[in-house]
Amino acid sequence: MTQTPLLIVLLLTLSSLAYHFGRKRAFAVSGGRIRTLHSLPAYYGLYAALWAVIPALLVLALWLAFEDSVITRLVIASLPPETATLAPSRLNLVLNDIRNLVVGNIVSSEPDAAILAAADRYRDLRGISTTALFAVTLGLAAIGGWFAYGRIRPEYRSRNAVERILKGILITCSTVAILTTVGIVLSVLFESVRFFQAVPITDFLFGLDWSPQIAIRADQAGSSGAFGAVPLFAGTMLITLIAMSVAVPIGLMSAIYLAEYASPRVRAIAKPLLEVLAGIPTVVYGFFAALTVAPFIRESGGLFGLDIASESALAAGLVMGVMIIPFVSSLSDDVINAVPQSLRDGAYGMGATQSETIRRVIFPAALPGIVGAVLLAVSRAIGETMIVVMAAGLAAKLTANPFEAVTTVTVQIVTLLVGDQEFDSPKTLAAFALGLVLFFVTLALNVLALYIVRKYREQYE
Amino acid sequence: MSEPSQPVRDSFARVEAGMKRRRAAERRFRFFGKCAVGLGLGFLVILFVSIVGNGYSAFWQTRITLEVTIDEASIDPSGVRDPAVLQAADYGALIKQSMRELFPDVSGRRNRIALYGLVSNGASFDLRDRILADPSLIGTTISLSVAADDDVDMLMKGHIDRGAPEADRRIKDNQLAWIEKLEADDRIGSAFNLDFFSNGDSREPELAGIRGALMGSIYTLFVTLGLSFPLAVAAAVYLEEFAPKNRWTDLIEVNINNLAAVPSIVFGLLGLAVFINFFTLPRSAPIVGGLVLTLMTLPTIIIASRAALKSVPPSIREGALGVGASPMQAVMYHVLPLALPGMLTGTIIGMAQALGETAPLLMIGMVAFIADVPAGVFDPATALPVQIYLWADSPERAYVEKTSAAIIVLLLFLAAMNALAVLLRRRFERRW
Repeated sequence: MTQTPLLIVLLLTLSSLAYHFGRKRAFAVSGGRIRTLHSLPAYYGLYAALWAVIPALLVLALWLAFEDSVITRLVIASLPPETATLAPSRLNLVLNDIRNLVVGNIVSSEPDAAILAAADRYRDLRGISTTALFAVTLGLAAIGGWFAYGRIRPEYRSRNAVERILKGILITCSTVAILTTVGIVLSVLFESVRFFQAVPITDFLFGLDWSPQIAIRADQAGSSGAFGAVPLFAGTMLITLIAMSVAVPIGLMSAIYLAEYASPRVRAIAKPLLEVLAGIPTVVYGFFAALTVAPFIRESGGLFGLDIASESALAAGLVMGVMIIPFVSSLSDDVINAVPQSLRDGAYGMGATQSETIRRVIFPAALPGIVGAVLLAVSRAIGETMIVVMAAGLAAKLTANPFEAVTTVTVQIVTLLVGDQEFDSPKTLAAFALGLVLFFVTLALNVLALYIVRKYREQYE
Repeated sequence: MSEPSQPVRDSFARVEAGMKRRRAAERRFRFFGKCAVGLGLGFLVILFVSIVGNGYSAFWQTRITLEVTIDEASIDPSGVRDPAVLQAADYGALIKQSMRELFPDVSGRRNRIALYGLVSNGASFDLRDRILADPSLIGTTISLSVAADDDVDMLMKGHIDRGAPEADRRIKDNQLAWIEKLEADDRIGSAFNLDFFSNGDSREPELAGIRGALMGSIYTLFVTLGLSFPLAVAAAVYLEEFAPKNRWTDLIEVNINNLAAVPSIVFGLLGLAVFINFFTLPRSAPIVGGLVLTLMTLPTIIIASRAALKSVPPSIREGALGVGASPMQAVMYHVLPLALPGMLTGTIIGMAQALGETAPLLMIGMVAFIADVPAGVFDPATALPVQIYLWADSPERAYVEKTSAAIIVLLLFLAAMNALAVLLRRRFERRW
């Protein structure tokens, strides 16, 4: 693994050598009359260079991706049977010990002979793998370069070949987006299915009780984990509702003001400043919510004799609303600007005031776009993590009271997965089930938003 | 001209009567608009004032000047100046000795521990580094400026009220008296907090710095940039210039738009399941962080790059094709260079987004307490926003100003990146 940069440098050197010799050979086979070549000499060089580097890089990538799991499997196979058949979690501890021994770290327990032998084997296998990797990739590069070199003739259409390869690379790159989506869906779905084997899906979606503590020992108190996610959904919705009731009026009104009333100078200053709000990292908002807003709300509630939790939904929701203002305002601004001037002129000509024009003509015309913007903002609020992790609570309470602490889907994903974890307990798998819900809800909101915008957009031209 | 007839005059009167109400509604509406803009900007101001107000003081640190006698017998009894011996010597004892000399009348174990608590635990390391660098100091008395303990620092910065009852104060009465003596002797003062920029994380607030987190962020961004820029440019070029209009490319397009709106934490889940559990890459490493952030920022950069390609007029392509270039040559030699500034602008904005991102990094374990500064993309590391999250969770009062200061640094980086993007756009923007 640590040798990889060296290997890549070597491969690139080989590939530039291939370029050099390929180009030279093109000159040579043309016998000095370059006009007889089908393509420019550089394309013959490039052809050789690409043949040298691409197969080798592919092999390198595959090798690195699977090296560790293959070696681990071989090491497990070499362990004494009583260790190799341990439960996966215990086996992982043993493997960690072996890996630590290999890199020379401190290990958790006094290593016994079998572990030491396994560590030696691990080290040997890694050494063999590295040597083999070097041999295979460099050999492949040489063979590829040689093959391409051999094909160089004046009538060979190397430009077309190079362009075909380049196009292949471009197509591969453009499928990364698809692969990412597939990766997200598969990884989340796969773990969720394992979770739903332990906890029925109906209990998860409709259960009213969330306490994901799984006991380590059977006799521990509170050993029965409960995975009813309704309180989380309710908490998420409460905070989203508070956020939207801040962001929608402020965002929409400022978009209207900036689009319809403000002078170009005010607009040129205020619009980018408002958009700064969107560029601030969410962790900063979270800190602001926890340090400044929550105590402020708590104290001002105290003045009216209200008992407000220090991690109230209100604080997190308010700050999240502030974060979303520019989102609503810039999307609505685009939509409002897209309403043609002739509609305004028509309304003014009928004697309507500016605000009447906005409320009776422009707003209805822009409504689908505004609804789309609001839906996108809702999806943003639902998926927002850091603000709620830092400012909302952990206790899953089913309440509609904004002064109480509630928890959200994202908060629970973070608390379930951060820190020491056993990977196959329902507790960690629950996080993936929550992630699945989150992914599909935000996806549905986005698709719906785009659909509304498309379906109801008035065609003016 | 005759007088308007009765019905016309009636409708004028009706309109006139309604005008007052309508003008009031107009003023009200306009006022609401102003309020909304004002509120938005007001929030921005409050946010910045609160962060800067809390954080600016972290760039200064309270330091105490001690006269330390470096006694050869206690740190290098053999006198060979063997670096191993010097490395392991008990410098804390020297610091304590010099504290006792400053306050000779402090007696009793409990009082002495309170006295030693005025200076940071890191003082002995400062002394060690100084002596390792220059062993000839052994046997002399040097004047050493050491960091004060975080509670002393908070007191000097006015975050601990000297008038509060002793039980409510982290600095006790006797310590307060010593500090006042140090103030009278002009031994306690404030200096620029270099430690904040040169140290990694620490459990002692006065020693904690952002160097480790900053390096972690830089490595992560490096990986992100190296992967996402070529990938995004290639994808954008294909989709915009070569892709046939069919089901498959439609699917890719819808996919990219949807990915741009997927919550960042879901990318964290993907990273955890795929990169860490399936490909067994190391946890907490910038390489994994970079991979996850690449997938996250890719849609942003692809969308920006496509917009940049779209803005290149077709006449450029047609001109190139007309003189005999192949479509690939037309794109590579003519369209792409013209679209590159726009693509770079989009990339910088994507990088700024990646720099501020926290949630996916929590998922892949970049949230551990790591005191060492990472030296490569495979070392365990944390990132600047994650460091902010970690410090924000720490109970000590001193971490509040550290957190705010780290936020200021993060915001400065973001501002610089965005300014660069704006500059690029201004410099290379072309109207066709």
